[in-house]
This record gives sequence, C-alpha cells and structure tokens, in this order.
Amino acid sequence: MSEESILTDDFLRELINVGEVDILVGVPTYNDARTVGPVVQTVRNGLLKYFPRQRAVIVNADAGSRDDSTELVRAASISDLQHPNVNALRTLHSVSTRYPGDPSTGTALHTFLAAAELLRATTVAVVSPESTSIEPEWMERLLRPITRESFDLVTPTYRRHKYDGLLIRNLVYPMTRAFYGRRLREPFPSEFAISGQLASHFLGQDIWTHDVGRLGTELDLSITAITGGFRVAQSFLGDKGRVDHAPADLVLALRQTVGVLFWSLEQNFAWWSKENQSQPVPTIGSEYDVTLEPMRPNRKRLYQMFKHGVAELEPVLKSILSAPTLSELQRLAALPEQEFCFSNQLWVRIVYEFAASYHKEVISRDHIIQALAPLYRGLAYCFLVENRDASAEALESKTEALCQTFEQSKPYLLELWNGRK
Amino acid sequence: MHAILIGGLIHVVNRFTAWAASVPMRELIVNELTEAMQEIARSVARFLPRLLVMLIIVVVGWLIAYGMRVLLRSILRLVRFDRLSEHAGASELLKKAALPTSTELLSRFVFWVAWLGFILVGISVLGIVGVQEHISSFFGFLPRLFAAMFLFFFGLLAASFFSRAVLLAAVNADLPSPRLISSTVRVLIIILVASMAFEELGLAEHTVLVAFAIVFGSLMLGLALAFGLGGRELARRFLERRFAHEKSEEQREDELSPL
Repeated sequence: MSEESILTDDFLRELINVGEVDILVGVPTYNDARTVGPVVQTVRNGLLKYFPRQRAVIVNADAGSRDDSTELVRAASISDLQHPNVNALRTLHSVSTRYPGDPSTGTALHTFLAAAELLRATTVAVVSPESTSIEPEWMERLLRPITRESFDLVTPTYRRHKYDGLLIRNLVYPMTRAFYGRRLREPFPSEFAISGQLASHFLGQDIWTHDVGRLGTELDLSITAITGGFRVAQSFLGDKGRVDHAPADLVLALRQTVGVLFWSLEQNFAWWSKENQSQPVPTIGSEYDVTLEPMRPNRKRLYQMFKHGVAELEPVLKSILSAPTLSELQRLAALPEQEFCFSNQLWVRIVYEFAASYHKEVISRDHIIQALAPLYRGLAYCFLVENRDASAEALESKTEALCQTFEQSKPYLLELWNGRK
Repeated sequence: MHAILIGGLIHVVNRFTAWAASVPMRELIVNELTEAMQEIARSVARFLPRLLVMLIIVVVGWLIAYGMRVLLRSILRLVRFDRLSEHAGASELLKKAALPTSTELLSRFVFWVAWLGFILVGISVLGIVGVQEHISSFFGFLPRLFAAMFLFFFGLLAASFFSRAVLLAAVNADLPSPRLISSTVRVLIIILVASMAFEELGLAEHTVLVAFAIVFGSLMLGLALAFGLGGRELARRFLERRFAHEKSEEQREDELSPL
C-alpha cells in the first residue's frame, strides 16, 4: 500500500488542519474502548506535562472498531488554554482515521509514519491501547532520549511477571541479540519512540506490500534501526499491565516475531554473518525487573500439547530438523513429565535448524513457523517447572546463559545456511 | 463333351497364332515391360524423396527432441522442480516405483512425445492412406494429455499443502486425531483431482464420476456416523470443561502471554 493511499482524503484534510508538529503519538486501535480512553488521557497529560512547548498530535489508526474506540481518542483534543487542569501552551489535536483491511499494527504504523512525514514531526511515539498501566512519565521516558539526546529509537523495558513474554525471553531477545549484536530486551515493542529521520528511513523501506509490513513490523523497525546504524536506546517504563482477554494466539505471536526474525536473516545476511559479539544498549533506568507473585498456568496442558505435537507432526518435523535433532526431540517427548526438560543447546539447535529450513524453504514458510508452536510449548513447560521458585537474579542469569548459547552457536546456523549440513 | 472342349481350344490357339503373326509379339512384350519398369521407376522416384524427407524429419526431430530434453532438464533443475515434486509427494511415489526423479522423468517424457510427434509428421509425408487420420487424432490428444498431467501434478501439490496445513492447524488447536483429519483431506483432494484428470482425458468419464460420488458420499456418511456416535463423549467433556470453567472462577488457570 503506497503512502498516498494509506492517508485518505478526509484524513489528509484533518492533518492539514493540524499543521506542522514536533511530536506525533500514534495509538492503533481495534475494539479497544475498554482501555483506550484512560490510555489516551494519560498520553495527553504526559505530553502537556513534559512537553508543553512542543506542538503535538495524537493520531489514532483504527481497523474498523465497532465500539467507541475512535470517539474516545478524539475526545482527547484540547484547544489553547481551555483546559483548567493543564498548562497547555499550544493546541493538542487528536485525530482519527480508519485504515482498510484487517487489524494490523503494521498498517497502523505505516499510517503514523506517513502522517509524521506530512506533518514534519521530529519525534514519533507509538503507544498500545492495552497498556492500562501507562503513566504520564512514560511519555517523558520514551520521548526525552530522542528530543534531548538525539537517539533514533527508544524501546521500552518493563517490570513484568516472570512468566510473561516467554517467547521474547527465550527466543526473540536472545536471537536478535546474537544476530544483530545489540542487547535490546524488547525488540518487538508495543510502546516505542523514533526520530523523524528513522521514521522517514523506515517509511521508505520496501516492506509495506509484504507480510512484514502488516505483521511484526515493530520487530523489523528495531532490526532496521540497528542495521541502518541509527542510535538505539532503551528506557525503563514501569509495570507492564496484563489485559484480561482471550488466550493469546501462539501461532499469530510466532508469525509476528519468529517469522519476521527468520525473514530478516535473509535480508541482512551480510550484517549478521560478520557481527560477532553483542554490545549493551544505552539504558535509561533499570534494564529488567520482574514480579514474582504466584501464577497458575496450566503446565500439564503445555506438556501434553508438546508431546502430542511431536508425535503427530513427525512427517513435518522430519523435513525441517536434522535426524539427530529430531531423534533427540522424540526421546525427550517419550520421557515422563517429571523428567522432561529442554537443554539450552537443544533449544538453540532446534531454532537454528528451523531458521535454516525457513531460508531453504523446505516446505511452506508459514508451515515451518506453525510447526514451532508445539516445541515452544515444551520449552515453556520446562521454563515454568525450572523457574517455579527462581528469584529475579536467578532468572536473569539463566536468560544470560541462553543468550550466550545463542551467540556461541551462531557458526552452526552459518554452516546450515551455506548448505554444508 | 470332351471333343467339343478340344475343338474350342484348337480354335483359340489358331486365332492367337494368327494375331501373333500379324503384330510383332516380341516388340509388344518389350513395350509392356518397359512401361511397367518406367512406372515402377517413376513410383520409386516419387517415393524416394518422401522417404528421404521422412528420414530427415526423424533425424532432425530426434535432435530437436534431445535439445528440448536437455533444455527442459536444465530449466527444471534451475527452478528446483524436484523439490516442488517432493513437496507434492510425487517424488516418494516415483521412488517407490523405482522410477527416476521427476525432472528426469518429465524430460524423458517430453523427449519421447516430441520425437514421436516428428516421426508421425515424417510418416504423414509418405502419404500412406489411412495413417493421416490417426496422426491428426494423436496430435489432437496431446494437449489433453498435457492438461491432465498438469492437473494431476498440481493436484498432488495442493493435496500435500492442504493436508499439511490441516495437520498443523489441528495439532495447534489440540484436536484429536490430527493425522486422520489430514489424511482424509489429502485423499479427498487426490480423488477429486484424479477424477478431473480422467475427465480431461475422456477416459471412463461416467465411471469415474460415479466412483467419486460413491467414495465421497460414503466418506461423508462415515464421518457423520463417527461424529454422531463417537462425538458424544467429546461433547460431554467439552461441556463439562466449559461448565467447570464458568463455575469455579477461583480455580481458573492463568493464561501465559508469549509476547
């Protein structure tokens, strides 16, 4: 979808009325009326409190909500000095548009970037409508490193429950770190800020007509910023709230993250085949924090789905994994629940063999991504069992050990990639 | 009677002797023979160039067919046709039948079809009555043969793709017997595609159609019975799970967020 077509005529007129801005905050929505109101109010308060002299706009890209999401965002608009509780020096606009097609944070990001370029915004932030724990300070923590310290990308770090974001902790973070050499804790952020320069660069990428321009675009943005030599930082925001909704679709999460990560390896082979040691990223505030309150995930179901998946998907796994890895996996699946556990080496070998099979397209790429789901469930089961009583420090040292294994095993993927195995 | 016959024969001999005495016999025979020889020579002279043309067509045809085989083999290797065929499950079938790879098989097939085509064109040059009709019907059949082969190959590919997609979806949705569901989808697509291919070839159209209808109908009936009789337990478990889930809110399990 081109930049011209992503901004509808009505929306263009609205943007022209807004005029040039310094800061653009994007909020993608789809039936988020339950949470988006307080989120947008907090964003507005944050902007007015910490950036009163900057011209700012809140842009909502909606996927066709059937609730009041868009109205709630528009209600955040205020005119000059009319609001009794805030010291606004300028008008704060809040505009909304509906993009065509299915709900997609990538299409919403495309809309924000196109609008930012039109309005000549020097800083763009994106905030998830589900971030119920958002505080006005988040705006400062995300935007200040860009406006004051000339960073180009600021990703968040959160205080999360130790069982939250297991796919990020066990695959996306370690693998991004191993291949792109930057220790970004949240390479697939739901909140982030970017400079106008990075926004224009990313807008010019040839991704908007591909799947990656719709799903997992945020991860591609992080990777593009690293490989494009942009200045990257991360900022501690605080608690990452949990929204109580239907069970997360694991296959969709895998497509958004692992699919994009595997795809990016092809685009950036020259970069990652040379990059060796990972470097820390400048971090404002804490790099990680976990909460340890008790949770009751269904471990048994994870184990059963792993076991069932390995048995049923044997013909598919045979075409993806090497014979020794598959037999090791089958041996594990035959173990009783109490004895079953993934080693870091086996998990990394599995992920790298999946990446190589994705590159070589041994079967449909989407099928390769889907076939990883049962294996991830097995890993999640092991993580839950192993870390039932683990402290934050113990958890962090385990994550570091996994990251080291990912980094040290990189030559194995290079061998697979070049077809020597 | 005997005397009459002998008399008649003597009369014919006398008449022939008189006629031979009037026209020089020797000259006549020579003329006749010369004419016959000339006719044969003319026929041979007429046939030889055709034979030569036929041989040239056959030889040139062999060269062209061989060139096509080499070219096609290179193209198929370039586009990794063997991998496509592996995805379709065709490679496994060929391996079981001790046949060469799909690339080799298709290249050979094209070679033989092309060369056979040239041989038939060559034969048609000879002008043998009755052969022409068979040759034109052969050429008329070729596009249908190719269409049927194309249909069947891509049908196998589709069967393999969709059965795998169903298998993955069923496993990730934690459905019972994912392989059974996946195999059913595969078999159904192959049956459908095979019936379409036979219809394209014009072979036993009605038989294939009826066979397909019977297989499909019985499969659906079987599935309906299986779900009807065997699904009671599943439905009960589902309702129980749902009921228990709604009843005891405090016992609810926490959902893990992967992201």
